[in-house]
Amino acid sequence: MTDQTRDTWRKPPFIANPVLRYAVILGIAAYVVITAATLPLDWDRASQGLTRAARIFSGAFPPSFERSSLLIDGFLESLKIAILATFGGVILSIPIAFMAARNIAPRPIYYLGRGIIIVARSFHPVIVAIIFVKAVGFGPFAGVLTLIVYSIGFVAKMLAERIEEIDFGQVEAMRAAGAPFLSTLVYAVFPQILPRQIGLSIYQLDSNLRASAVVGIVGAGGIGATLANAFGRYDYDFALAITIVIVGVILLSEAVSGQIRKRMK
Amino acid sequence: MLKITSLVKRYGSGDPVLKNLDLEIAEETVVSIIGSSGAGKSTLLRCINRLVEPTSGSIVLNGTELTTLNRAGLRGARRKIGMVFQGFNLVDRLTVMENVQSGRLGVLPTWRAVMRKYPKEDIRRAYELMERVGIARYANKRADELSGGERQRVGVVRALMQEPEILLADEPTASLDPKTSEQIMQLLRDLAREFSLPVLINIHNTTEAKEYTDRIVGMRYGRIIFDAAPEALDREAMDRIYSGTPAAERGEYTPDPSFAVAAS
Repeated sequence: MTDQTRDTWRKPPFIANPVLRYAVILGIAAYVVITAATLPLDWDRASQGLTRAARIFSGAFPPSFERSSLLIDGFLESLKIAILATFGGVILSIPIAFMAARNIAPRPIYYLGRGIIIVARSFHPVIVAIIFVKAVGFGPFAGVLTLIVYSIGFVAKMLAERIEEIDFGQVEAMRAAGAPFLSTLVYAVFPQILPRQIGLSIYQLDSNLRASAVVGIVGAGGIGATLANAFGRYDYDFALAITIVIVGVILLSEAVSGQIRKRMK
Repeated sequence: MLKITSLVKRYGSGDPVLKNLDLEIAEETVVSIIGSSGAGKSTLLRCINRLVEPTSGSIVLNGTELTTLNRAGLRGARRKIGMVFQGFNLVDRLTVMENVQSGRLGVLPTWRAVMRKYPKEDIRRAYELMERVGIARYANKRADELSGGERQRVGVVRALMQEPEILLADEPTASLDPKTSEQIMQLLRDLAREFSLPVLINIHNTTEAKEYTDRIVGMRYGRIIFDAAPEALDREAMDRIYSGTPAAERGEYTPDPSFAVAAS
């Protein structure tokens, strides 16, 4: 047997034990079938929903730009919320990122930094917005606070990861020259993370603009509030106009931020 | 003068990397340390400026005991110890001038460093040194635009900006091509003479060690087993330094008295 020429080969299976392998496959299949069978899927309601959706869409066409001043005001507010939140979020993210970088921060500080990031990330902005609307009332201020939390969750996490990837030799060189802590950060760490920092800020501005439309729906100001009001008054044509503008602005901001990030190196 | 006495470095609970090492470096000598990878050359160098914390033993530089210094004292001592690295360890995105000035960070107040407000005499000294090693025209270039040899020159100037009392070079030529490597060795040797600096160089290239240094220290698994003038490094000595396994090392090894030389 061993002397035979070997001309067949199979990729080793992901789960080596065949019994376990088939048990896992069968288990997943059974679960899907049971779930589909027990979920209350009501096809009548789905078909009713279709006709209702058709009514909404027919009411939405053609989109109405009659109250465009309302739309523009909403957008300007969203833009302000996004810019303010990005600025605040990024400023706060930098120290938190340093706290959460394993190679820079002492252990207890590291856990504190990671903890802040985990808390900031664990809730969807809509949930955070609901809390802030309860806390500080309706309006753009709640939106700004929400998006600051949202920005910290993303920017601080990504920045901390970049800090953990730096070439530590440069830090070592500064230490070898007797440089104090802050000088070492400014000379050996900041230059290495700066491109990522700028890229993240631009991306976050873009992302905050998108998110500000969503959090507006739960009362945190901006274009989202305008959209929610339009829906509430069955002004589907105005709602469609708002939606079209949101999509347009987001496409535009994504193109711009993509270009900037590409140019920067 | 640098005097190292019974230096031990142990990582965790394993076998020590440095085993009771004694070494004395006189003024103005260029000393090369050779030995296979893992012999402890790099650890030895890094123990001197305590980038690696020694486990026990004493290191005295010009009358200062380095191993017992507190944080502030250590920073003060590090200012007087220049270091040149294998990977250059320049800040790629900063200009050559900023890289060179980073050698002064130990004495420069942080706000001045941040604002790039370098003192006039530092700038003058930087230009003089850059002129000396032939990189003055790159002052405003970004460090990553330079070639390997030029980058190591920046590394050397950065170390000299500290006005060091000793220069440590951790395989300064290992990332360079043979020609450039010789130029850098020549430069280190010339600078040692000009600034009356003792220089300690870790090096793998024994030909360069023989040609450019005054004294060769051979290390093997944490011990110095050869310490003599370059001429004494013959075939047999090379074999002793570069052969053997850690297992064979468990038996005692002491430097062969025939190689011993008065470390004057």
